[in-house]
Amino acid sequence: MFRIDLHPTHISDCGQFRLRAGKPLPFGASIVPGGINFSVYSRSATSCQLVLFNKHQPEPFGLVPFKDEFRIGNVFTMVVFDLDYENIEYGFYMDGPFAPKEGQRFDKTKLLMDPYAKAIGGRDIWGIEPNWNDQYQHRSRICLDDFDWEDDRPLEIPIEDLIIYELHVRGFTRHPSSGVKHPGTFAGLREKIPYLKELGINCVELMPIHEFDEFENSRISPITGARLMNYWGYSNVGFFAPKAGYAAAGKYGMQVDECKTLIREFHKNGIEVVLDVVFNHTAEGDERGPYISYRGIDNKTYYLLTPDGYYYNFSGCGNTLNCNNPIVRNMILDCLRYWAADFHIDGFRFDLASILGRDQNGAPMHSPPLLETLAFDPILGKCKLIAEAWDAGGLYQVGSFPAWGRWAEWNGKYRDDLRRFIKGDSGLMGAMAQRLQGSPDLYQWEGRGACASINFITAHDGFTLKDLVSYNEKHNEANGEHNNDGANDNYSWNCGWEGESDDEGINRLRLKRMKNAVTLLLVSQGTPMLLAGDEMANTQWGNNNAYCQDNDISWVDWGLLVSNKELFNFFQKMIALRKAHPVLRNRSHFQNRDYMGSGFADITWHGLKAWNADWSAQSRTLAFMLCGRHAKGGKVEDDFLYMAMNMHWQMHGFELPGLPEDQAWYVAVNTDAQPPQDIWEVGKEVKLKEQNEFLLGERSVAVLIGKKPK
Amino acid sequence: MGVNISVDLKDEVARIDLGRRLDATNAPSLQEELQKIIGQKVSKMVFFAQELEYISSAGLRVIIFAKQKIGVDAHLYLISPQEAVLNVMKMSGLDNFMTVQTEFSE
Repeated sequence: MFRIDLHPTHISDCGQFRLRAGKPLPFGASIVPGGINFSVYSRSATSCQLVLFNKHQPEPFGLVPFKDEFRIGNVFTMVVFDLDYENIEYGFYMDGPFAPKEGQRFDKTKLLMDPYAKAIGGRDIWGIEPNWNDQYQHRSRICLDDFDWEDDRPLEIPIEDLIIYELHVRGFTRHPSSGVKHPGTFAGLREKIPYLKELGINCVELMPIHEFDEFENSRISPITGARLMNYWGYSNVGFFAPKAGYAAAGKYGMQVDECKTLIREFHKNGIEVVLDVVFNHTAEGDERGPYISYRGIDNKTYYLLTPDGYYYNFSGCGNTLNCNNPIVRNMILDCLRYWAADFHIDGFRFDLASILGRDQNGAPMHSPPLLETLAFDPILGKCKLIAEAWDAGGLYQVGSFPAWGRWAEWNGKYRDDLRRFIKGDSGLMGAMAQRLQGSPDLYQWEGRGACASINFITAHDGFTLKDLVSYNEKHNEANGEHNNDGANDNYSWNCGWEGESDDEGINRLRLKRMKNAVTLLLVSQGTPMLLAGDEMANTQWGNNNAYCQDNDISWVDWGLLVSNKELFNFFQKMIALRKAHPVLRNRSHFQNRDYMGSGFADITWHGLKAWNADWSAQSRTLAFMLCGRHAKGGKVEDDFLYMAMNMHWQMHGFELPGLPEDQAWYVAVNTDAQPPQDIWEVGKEVKLKEQNEFLLGERSVAVLIGKKPK
Repeated sequence: MGVNISVDLKDEVARIDLGRRLDATNAPSLQEELQKIIGQKVSKMVFFAQELEYISSAGLRVIIFAKQKIGVDAHLYLISPQEAVLNVMKMSGLDNFMTVQTEFSE
């Protein structure tokens, strides 16, 4: 089969390049027989030139105007023949009006990156000082998009069965103690897959892996002298390109292959991949920022602008992407479809997602077209959609994020209520009842179900788990902002000493409280998310906003695995416990009644007395029981599960509810017990001698399983 | 075809000399030569890489293509790759179907 529209029909003005009219779709640069099809759109540009470079060269070797007869609508498109696609970089010069008050900021002297670039050069190796005189810092490249996925496909694990693990690609293996061959890279992360399997998680949430500039806002820390970088990466240069500096083979331009290989390996090992995506702003900043791409291509389309042409700043980072503009909406959809289809991504977590629900004037919308489009898109149909349901402009939508039954949310209320509970605050019984049940107060009203709630106690924002129990205050001096940055409402408690301590009692208590946290998290209805490194008590020495720390502060220290075996073992067994008990992983909220005829309601509440919870303001003890007949809405059978929580500073006896005659209570977890009795392997729980009462130590939790003796 | 690249099929063993460079400029010719032996019985495909100093994405893909075409029962060997070349293959993950050896004997 041959085509009759593949041959050159024109010569460029300079006589150097053979051309023909291109196809508008797909946008970006695509390899076609004999050449490259370039396609870029702009609503207001009057002309566009393609600029061609040999890789890394400061000066271009070719300037090819897009002929007007090639234009289709607002799309500049052409095929350029005889290009060595592996060794070139390309960009655009765009001309158009410069009238900032009307939102137009065209500048035909600025080199512009292709918004649809699938690979980007300029930061090929992390941390290598760029040539600041180079007029074209972030350079579009052409990459081969074929890949042998073998029989890989997205895993489609039901969201209620996920145990999410949030990690930073570089920070996870960059520390010398990681022992991997290529620290801080996709290849390095691949070497840690056996570890993650051993831990038992089945989903990784990768902090931003799209191309970003680690040198953005880079400065020297006045306190430590270290070079502060844009380390977390919440600042987009290119939406369609995996970060070259995250690939060991990035210097060879093979970041796309390396990233896909990583995902294929994760899937082979039963681990889903969720990407943290940042559509709320770009790295171009406000009017003082650089021209990377969007500002010079179509400023008025891409950004939320005030009536005077200034940049709205709902992201806190200088600009806000105009997400509900129809053109930008399509770009976001194209982007997500690309990652889902070409990279087999299982889900997305949207940073500052409330921005995605603002209209073109910045006002919140009741039914944002973008969010609706994503909820119903067929290619994204089985992807998890997770919203960080707030922004930096005053919107807080936890419980009210426009969902269409598809969106889940980072439940910030869960984080705050659990932290307060774990530190022993009073007046939390009502809130805890809600959080443990998957927050029906927030999510039941629209029938969104328990797994609309992504439960977490720690995340990249804020303290690590170890620091949550070791510091009362944040210590971000190393960030160079006089400790003004980072959250103040951490709900943390240091157990009696601020920071590292040799005191055995303090350290025992800290360890117990960390066990309490992970037990509560993994026993709650909803989908749990863990922070990488918490299982080995990783510390940031009290820095709760390590966004700029590309060093020991934020890198996971694998040496801690050796000294924190007890905690790792606890995490591992707790994860196994959750996986073994479907009664913990319901999609819908409890009905608080017996609809299976077992004689027990799906959930019942207890306290020191069975069937009698103490909901009073000063209460710090609570318990609940789940009836295994009601697991997964009655579709599967599970054991009874009882959890006792004693956040008081004294030991208490919990009267146990009676079980059916043929069953007995077994202890699975007791955070007050010394190892190995703090947690038992699934199936090896210990039958309680005393079946009517359980004595639980101060500031501890316990999980009992009710089942038939063997 | 490019300098130093050759394909030779004898007794079901295909020997391919990769020369010094394999990239988008000469990969298509190598692929054409490999196409000629596909359909014939090949039980082993042996790529000699001692001289190879540089392999690009496109070059790697020709080797993968060869593996896909000669079928699951055939074996693919890469002989004496230089460290830089082997590293690139391992980092990008495009190495999981071949056996790396320092020598090849029937």
